[in-house]
Amino acid sequence: MTARAEVSHPEAAARFAADEPRAHWHDQALWFVRVKRDRAAAQIPEWERLRELAQAVKAHAMANLAGYLETFERNAAARGAVVHWARDAEEHNRIVHGLLAERGVTRVVKSKSMLTEECGLNPYLEARGVEVVDTDLGERIVQFRHEPPSHIVLPAIHIKKEEIGELFHEKLGTAAGASDPKYLTEAARGHLRRKFLEAQAGITGVNFAVADTGAVVVCTNEGNADMGTALPPLHIACMGIEKLVPRAADLGVFLRLLARSATGQPVTTYSTHFLGPKPGGELHLVLVDNGRSALLGRDPFRRALSCIRCGACMNTCPVFRRSGGYSYGTTVPGPIGSVLSPAQRDGAHATLPFASTLCGSCADVCPVRIDLHHQLLAWRQVLVRGGHAPAGKTLGLKLTAWVLGSTWRYALAGRLARAAMRLLPAGLMARLAGAWGRQRDLPAPPPESFRDLYRRTHGRP
Amino acid sequence: MPTVALFVPCYVDQLYPQVAVATLRLLERYGCKVVFPEDQTCCGQPMANAGQADDARPLAEKFLSTFAPYDHVVAPSGSCVSMVKHQYPGLAPDHPSLQKVRENTYELCEYLHDVLGVRRVEGRYPHTVGLHRSCHGLRELRLGSGSERRVPPFDKVKTLLSTLDGITLVEPSRADECCGFGGTFAVTEEKVSCLMGRDRLDDHRQAGAEVITGVDMSCLMHLDGLARRERRDVKVLHVAQVLLGEAA
Amino acid sequence: MAARDDILAALRRNAPAGPPRPELDGVGARFADPPAQLEQAVTAVGGAFLRVPDLAAADAALRALPIHRDARRIASLVPGVGAPTVDPATVTDPHQLEGLDLVVLRGALAVAENGAVWIEGSSLPHHALVVIPEHVAVVVDAAAIVPDLHAAYAALDLPGRPRWGTFLAGPSKTADIEQSLVIGAHGARSSTLLLVG
Repeated sequence: MTARAEVSHPEAAARFAADEPRAHWHDQALWFVRVKRDRAAAQIPEWERLRELAQAVKAHAMANLAGYLETFERNAAARGAVVHWARDAEEHNRIVHGLLAERGVTRVVKSKSMLTEECGLNPYLEARGVEVVDTDLGERIVQFRHEPPSHIVLPAIHIKKEEIGELFHEKLGTAAGASDPKYLTEAARGHLRRKFLEAQAGITGVNFAVADTGAVVVCTNEGNADMGTALPPLHIACMGIEKLVPRAADLGVFLRLLARSATGQPVTTYSTHFLGPKPGGELHLVLVDNGRSALLGRDPFRRALSCIRCGACMNTCPVFRRSGGYSYGTTVPGPIGSVLSPAQRDGAHATLPFASTLCGSCADVCPVRIDLHHQLLAWRQVLVRGGHAPAGKTLGLKLTAWVLGSTWRYALAGRLARAAMRLLPAGLMARLAGAWGRQRDLPAPPPESFRDLYRRTHGRP
Repeated sequence: MPTVALFVPCYVDQLYPQVAVATLRLLERYGCKVVFPEDQTCCGQPMANAGQADDARPLAEKFLSTFAPYDHVVAPSGSCVSMVKHQYPGLAPDHPSLQKVRENTYELCEYLHDVLGVRRVEGRYPHTVGLHRSCHGLRELRLGSGSERRVPPFDKVKTLLSTLDGITLVEPSRADECCGFGGTFAVTEEKVSCLMGRDRLDDHRQAGAEVITGVDMSCLMHLDGLARRERRDVKVLHVAQVLLGEAA
Repeated sequence: MAARDDILAALRRNAPAGPPRPELDGVGARFADPPAQLEQAVTAVGGAFLRVPDLAAADAALRALPIHRDARRIASLVPGVGAPTVDPATVTDPHQLEGLDLVVLRGALAVAENGAVWIEGSSLPHHALVVIPEHVAVVVDAAAIVPDLHAAYAALDLPGRPRWGTFLAGPSKTADIEQSLVIGAHGARSSTLLLVG
């Protein structure tokens, strides 16, 4: 498991947002993707019905996951795939490395897989002498920079083209100062084409695993999953067990939703259904649990297992757009990451469920209708009960609740507060108001509260 | 004629009494008999949204007992009404008045539009107004269709505002992006909260809004606080005040 | 196997009650003019679109295009369309397909809604043919247009005839550098759909 130090979202977000022009640039880039998603969704009149179906198919699949996985395994094996099971990240890494080591593989190309990122596969393999080249352009860019992806679909969204130009100048020998995306992409094409041709194995993720056929479906725009598996003899496909769908027909629903939700395209360029190895080749499927079966047992968080990793929630989240993926410190950031990650351990990633205004936009764009905002609230309750919320805030609100619990205490407190606001100098008042007062004025204190005014005008009841 | 109990959010009671007055006057204009149950304090939202369900529970119970006797409960706040409708079942499942109060608690525009059937608000408002679509009212109470979903478009608040004589309603480029208040988020994630708020103000400014209005004084308090700190020209008013013709 | 047993046992232990498998109803696109919709969709995904009356016309149209005229190494899986210089069936190692300028593929069906064509895996001597060439041309029968993916999966009947394949929609592309769309990432730089009939 990639050991990342826990990140305090408010601190990291404050650092990110301090560079306001850059934060606005990042915000605009992701808002643009949200807008494209809206236009793509508008092309399907029955869009909301598709979302309902997707939600129902996933809910049914998760409730029957064991049986469907057995069916999937049987069908995949019947076509010549070898199915492996991994309880956790360590087991997954050992299995993958074992397959490579047995065959003397030292050069691997990998297409996008958040699951392998979650398991920390790259450093594990690299420490054992295996070169892993991430072939998705965005992932190759962050790989060159020794950074994790900052977004599950748009890994390099936080990087400017000039910075990529400098990076490619250093790594690929592109012209100094060049930043034209076409030119840089062409350079990456040539570089990665060599890697594809030299690779001894291709590792992919899985977008959907189909129980009734045993196929795994991998969707890309670049073609890197196809290129990476069509040339070397060994294909290892790594998947979280929740990627399962019962029937091939279900793919009609999911593939109409996925690319539109993710990037605003009607469909990705390549949606490849792998079934069994190619002639003379091998196909190994690694099914990974790593906390998913445990999550299945938790209400309401089990619904997060329906996630199809489209990233729409990140694009729509006004907080994610202004704080960036690294402010979450998790493999999967943003709203869905803030629901999945706290389940890792008691008190894990405790700031993430609070890194939200609960605006609900994420829930309304989620293609599988995960009620993300409600789940974030549920996590807050869990974290408070477990003693993982900041003590000062908890105590402050407890005290406030005590005051509000009694009409006379509340009325008195209100009177005192308004008096303080009237009598104290504005500067002092702003300082006392702490984090409120730094960038915001307090409202002008009214002479009477409404209840005083009402009593005065309407008499005592 | 049902008796309407006025539910005044705690911060409106203490800091924006004119919003409660406007709400009362609007309801009376449309023929309601309005009372103000004095026992009320707070619906418990700040505690509940911070995950402190145990601290919110007594407030929920107090609220339910206070408002149980009335036919309808109306508040100038989408988030407080959402609290009652959606969070109270989890907080006070056994309270005898839970169902009655939940079913009969309404946000002001929702009440005017859905229950009283108001389709035209008399009065002049010759100003350029931007509507801030507060999130709880929009996505929890479904006061409007929202920009994310593909459903037939509707907007109860905009419908009411648009009937004011002389009003010019302008749309920000992001129709319903959150203002960044979010309860304690406003202080625990101050940087992002204020960036979000200023971005809303900039958006309404580029759209030409002289007045920003909405159904939630909490959002408006945050936007107004940011606006006044930067000495921006814009006026921030609750929709009850705008519907009554207040230009403040 | 310990891991398999543990995982399945945990899933059974933790399984919630769930809804029955839903009927996929209330969804489906309908187009008054499927070929026109297909053309629009292909263009939207960055592909080129040509309508021709028959295979001979497809051949003529293709040979007139720069992607064929300027090509030195051409493979065709559609007899009669294109002037192939390479027979991929005689290539044993897909690495040798590197340098292919143009491949002509047969699309088993085309999806009007999104411009994708289904490339039947078993019709390809090598999967690499879909991605390695610089340019791709796909020949599809006009009678094989389906409105959307629901119809496509119904027509393909993958459970009944399990096999591999790919939906190919336009040329390879990426927007990973500051969201600027660049056509031609790792796969084909262009994709031309020849609709026949």
